[in-house]
Amino acid sequence: MSAHAERAALFLVDQPRSAWHDQAVWWVRQKRDRAASALPEWEELRDQASRIKAHALSRLADYLEEFERNATRWGARVHWARDAEEHNRIVHGILAERGVTRLVKSKSMLTEECHLNPYLIARGIEVIDTDLGERIVQLAKESPSHIVMPAIHKKKEEIGDLFHDKLGTPAGLSDPAKLTEAARAHLREKFLAAQAGLTGVNFAIAETGGVVVCTNEGNADLGASLPSLHVACMGVEKIVPRAKDLGVFLRLLARSATGQSVTAYTSHFHGPKPGGELHIVIVDHGRSKLLAREEFRRSLQCIRCGACMNTCPVYRRSGGHSYGVTVPGPIGSVLAPSVDPRKHAGLPFASSLCGSCTDVCPVKIDLHHQLLAWRSELSREGFAPRRKRLAAKIGALVLGSTWLYRLSGWLARRVVPRLPRALVYSRLNAWGRGRELPEMPRDSFRAQWRRRGQP
Amino acid sequence: MAPAPVLWYPGEVDAALFVPCYVDQFYPRVGLAAAEVLERHGVRVTFPEDQTCCGQPMANAGSLEAARPLAEKFLRVFREHRYVVCPSGSCTSMVRNHYGPLLGDRAGELHGKVFELCEFLHDVVQARPRGRFAARVGLHQSCHGLRELRLGTGSERILPGRDKVRELLSGIEELELVQLQRPDECCGFGGTFAIDEEAVSCRMGRDRIADHEHAGADVITAGDMSCLMHLQGLIRRDRKPLRVLHVAELLAEAEART
Repeated sequence: MSAHAERAALFLVDQPRSAWHDQAVWWVRQKRDRAASALPEWEELRDQASRIKAHALSRLADYLEEFERNATRWGARVHWARDAEEHNRIVHGILAERGVTRLVKSKSMLTEECHLNPYLIARGIEVIDTDLGERIVQLAKESPSHIVMPAIHKKKEEIGDLFHDKLGTPAGLSDPAKLTEAARAHLREKFLAAQAGLTGVNFAIAETGGVVVCTNEGNADLGASLPSLHVACMGVEKIVPRAKDLGVFLRLLARSATGQSVTAYTSHFHGPKPGGELHIVIVDHGRSKLLAREEFRRSLQCIRCGACMNTCPVYRRSGGHSYGVTVPGPIGSVLAPSVDPRKHAGLPFASSLCGSCTDVCPVKIDLHHQLLAWRSELSREGFAPRRKRLAAKIGALVLGSTWLYRLSGWLARRVVPRLPRALVYSRLNAWGRGRELPEMPRDSFRAQWRRRGQP
Repeated sequence: MAPAPVLWYPGEVDAALFVPCYVDQFYPRVGLAAAEVLERHGVRVTFPEDQTCCGQPMANAGSLEAARPLAEKFLRVFREHRYVVCPSGSCTSMVRNHYGPLLGDRAGELHGKVFELCEFLHDVVQARPRGRFAARVGLHQSCHGLRELRLGTGSERILPGRDKVRELLSGIEELELVQLQRPDECCGFGGTFAIDEEAVSCRMGRDRIADHEHAGADVITAGDMSCLMHLQGLIRRDRKPLRVLHVAELLAEAEART
């Protein structure tokens, strides 16, 4: 069993809880449906977004340099990081040079991907995640289970207990509004004490050199405005060519992510604030490897809306942590194997290939086809389990020969019904663990068809 | 809407039946029902006996080398036929959408030939099945028919809804299609997924069955017997009173009662 399958099975043991998770996440998918249906031009927007991203990726180096020139003109400093390690070193360098020991962060999946928090904490810097969901998982010493709703796996009662323990809220408090208020007061202190703010980037505009950050809590704005030092971290794929392209992406992003027509805060940063500093760290970390692969290139179009997770029947029933990566769900299962194919070889198989992700994706990434492409890639490179390769070989041998195929079918139909149940439904029969095998008919279709032809 | 132009006349269409391997071996009545429905609508049906499997199980498991000889065999068996009709959206999609990496340019030889049964009845034969089937029926949208062949508009897409399977069923008297809460969620079969991710697969199936049950369905129908094999396995394990019927079986049964 793959690591995902094992963790998913564990997640499903508590059935009421996993049903609750499925329903909670499905509810977001339904909100997305309502928001998207309000725009008759939805499918055209998806087309346009996909084309803009494909174009930007086709001349990514040019746009990145254009972005750097323009951002620099505004007074920002642009840094380039080859991988997670270099990214972490650069960020730490910026902070250490200025003697920063207290950092507030708004949501950034990139820094999660790079494991920046433990890196900085180990070097004596206090790192506070200020997105409510991220703060919850940080206090619980967990990782996000969803890229838009990091604490979607937690019930409000559990958050009440956590806050009671960590923030001193009254025991048994589970009213979301009151808990949010408590978090707000706690975070205010952290914001006021912070010496630097770190944000992610949703879009970087080549034409203007500006970066755009979308949040619902305004935490990125506080983090970027209160301290004089703002560090913005982005993957190379965040580039859009022109400011007017935002008109396409911003309409798609919030609707796809949460069913809102627009995020509560969409902040544009063009250079540092007066007297402050803005550092933009641009990270590759495996992305250019994907860019070089025609069949997987489109995965870089992702705008991290999370809609593929919300629609994925597997994600909803296995939970984000079952994937063992920062970005879970369909897009995560496409991205992860390029970083570490051996470790994540099971993820492209954690999908029924139903294709819902592909149709929900606002930038039209053919996610389920990429998952299929990864399966053959991993199998070709020898990362698939030997058992799987052997089964495929035997299957091909039997099905490749008409008489061997007929013989095997005949044996199954005639022999299986006569075997004792304990033997048929042994431990080896994964199908039969939760399901019955088909009732075996006496004759195959082809045998009956032949008889039918006779007078 | 103007009436669709008549593209054929009864008795003029020949179609080779492509019966998925597991249907041939375990669900012969589905193959027979498909032939019966086609014949009722004037199609001359043949069954090339050398056929076995489209190769999807191997391709799905990631083994293109193992799938390739089966694609070759499929091409050999069916290339001479004008129409190939298959009572499975999934196997049809395998041939139509996924033979490129296996056969290269030669995949084009099958272009425009291979149809899923409902698609063939709806688009080529332009059949309007009439008959009677007194039951509350839940229509399970098999994913590959829905999202790879576009037999209908999936709930994700913001487009005017249409649904070829539903249209074919619309002329059947006393058949009541029930309203599902999740109109097109996957049943969790997914080929090798059913084994690789056994726990999730079964959970998905049980959730799907519960949706049909709450909607008051007596019968679950679908265009793919693989989804129904999985659902039926769960229904029988849980001893539920639901029946499953491939849409070909449902049509054959209904049309026999005109």
